[in-house]
Amino acid sequence: MNKQRLNRNKDKLFQGMGITATVFCMIILVIFISFVLYQGLDRLSWDFIVGLPSRFAGNAGIYTAWIGTLWVMVLTTLISFPIGVGAGIYLEEYGKKSRLNTLLEINITNLAGVPSIIYGLLGLEVFVRIMKMGNSILAGASTLSLLILPIIIVSTREAIRAVPKTIKEASLALGASRWQTIRSQILPASFGGILTGVILAISRAVGETAPLIVIGALAYVPFAPTGPLDEFTVLPIQIFNWVTRPQHEFVINAAAAIIVLLAITFMLNGIAVYLRYRWQKKIRW
Amino acid sequence: MQVKTQRNDIQPKSTKDMANTRYKLQTKNINVFYGQFQAINNISLDIAPNSVTAFIGPSGCGKSTLLRLFNRMNDYIEGFRHEGKVLIDGEDIYTQDVKLEELRKKVGMVFQKPNPFPKSIFENVAYGLKIQGIKDKNFIEERVIESLKQATLYDEVKDDLNKQALALSGGQQQRLCIARALAVKPSIILMDEPTSALDPISSDKIEDLIYELKNKYTIVVVTHNMQQAGRISDHTAFLYMGKLIEFDKTKKIFTNPEKERTQNYITGRFG
Repeated sequence: MNKQRLNRNKDKLFQGMGITATVFCMIILVIFISFVLYQGLDRLSWDFIVGLPSRFAGNAGIYTAWIGTLWVMVLTTLISFPIGVGAGIYLEEYGKKSRLNTLLEINITNLAGVPSIIYGLLGLEVFVRIMKMGNSILAGASTLSLLILPIIIVSTREAIRAVPKTIKEASLALGASRWQTIRSQILPASFGGILTGVILAISRAVGETAPLIVIGALAYVPFAPTGPLDEFTVLPIQIFNWVTRPQHEFVINAAAAIIVLLAITFMLNGIAVYLRYRWQKKIRW
Repeated sequence: MQVKTQRNDIQPKSTKDMANTRYKLQTKNINVFYGQFQAINNISLDIAPNSVTAFIGPSGCGKSTLLRLFNRMNDYIEGFRHEGKVLIDGEDIYTQDVKLEELRKKVGMVFQKPNPFPKSIFENVAYGLKIQGIKDKNFIEERVIESLKQATLYDEVKDDLNKQALALSGGQQQRLCIARALAVKPSIILMDEPTSALDPISSDKIEDLIYELKNKYTIVVVTHNMQQAGRISDHTAFLYMGKLIEFDKTKKIFTNPEKERTQNYITGRFG
């Protein structure tokens, strides 16, 4: 009897701790967002979004920055999606348990924990200098691709592993080749999961600043980039640049830009959640 | 250990001729290892065409491993290694020039748990044809309907072949899986405990179906259900710890087995 009571109290205690932790996180987030909205919402206008940079805070816009972010986002996706998903499929479906593959796996998992600025240094040496891409969008996107590849590979593998083995066996037993099985059974069934992972990885890349600063993305770019080899800036760098200025007006600009950046990442996360929902609804084993 | 192996090497019929094509499926002194573990210990057996053969035995005795030798589904298992020969129509299926795709067109398989693809009924049955590169829509449709009829599922699903296969009941799903296997016109069908996940009525339907399919196909069934083996099979192989203890006509195995261990198993005294 006494024991039961003790257990019930422990249960309550744990529940309370859980609720406190959740609420704490929520409160911090709410404070942060409302602070940003309070500061920046007035500044947010169409002129601000399509305005070119200026040294006068009142005239400055974020056009070059978000166009840059968009470019980086698209290029990073184009580079990292096929490579990451391909590597994930290889490791999960083709790679036999050899010493080389174990080494690869450990390395990939470790890479996910390397600080992003290290990737920046790698990108500076390999893409900017050796491959002579210069301070271009391509160099930035390549660097960010490296940064998020481990995340994409790991989430691709997770998604593939979630497909029941029996489906794979059924396909092989009907005379399908490995690739036919992957293409017509495993990929369709795991695509929602793969896409979710890719989108979350991209939204992380969109928020990165450090590696892009290292490879030489500029805070001031007079015109919006028109091709992958143009110089560029991105929203986080623009924000970083503005908050380091002493004038209060620029800090308000930064708040407004943060709202735009948050909107972009929230949108990406929203798409990821939606895809996961759709996918789970469609396929139930 | 070696002596025992020899003693348990049972061959009910004379099989001196290595390429005896009177038999549909044969194993010749087959040993299977998963890493260090020996799953199959020197088994030789011959299976006649157009018959139902049941593999029985306690869990982990190697029934499924033996079954999966015939369509090489063990190849994907880490550490799988084998010695000896597996022959289909007198030809070794473990040589270099055997194409897995071709082999599996000839040897269909039905699994323990119904495993339809998360697609429509039609797409499920048509899958085996489409991966062969067949594009003729009329041909595919005819074959799908023919296969569904053979699997005695057609009347239940004919109104909506585009229905999601996963919406069918368990028994229907399993018959769909049989139809899917039949669609590529195999001559052998392997069944790995095909009714163990089904209710008794659905199981009955599958058993009836197996009985009917026997006329056209060579069927090998792994089963945990002794009564089922007795009902549907012509020959029964009793396996224990990777060894073939006894292989004979089902009637003989169930009424007058030669080995005491077989007797004990089928009467439920162990396993």
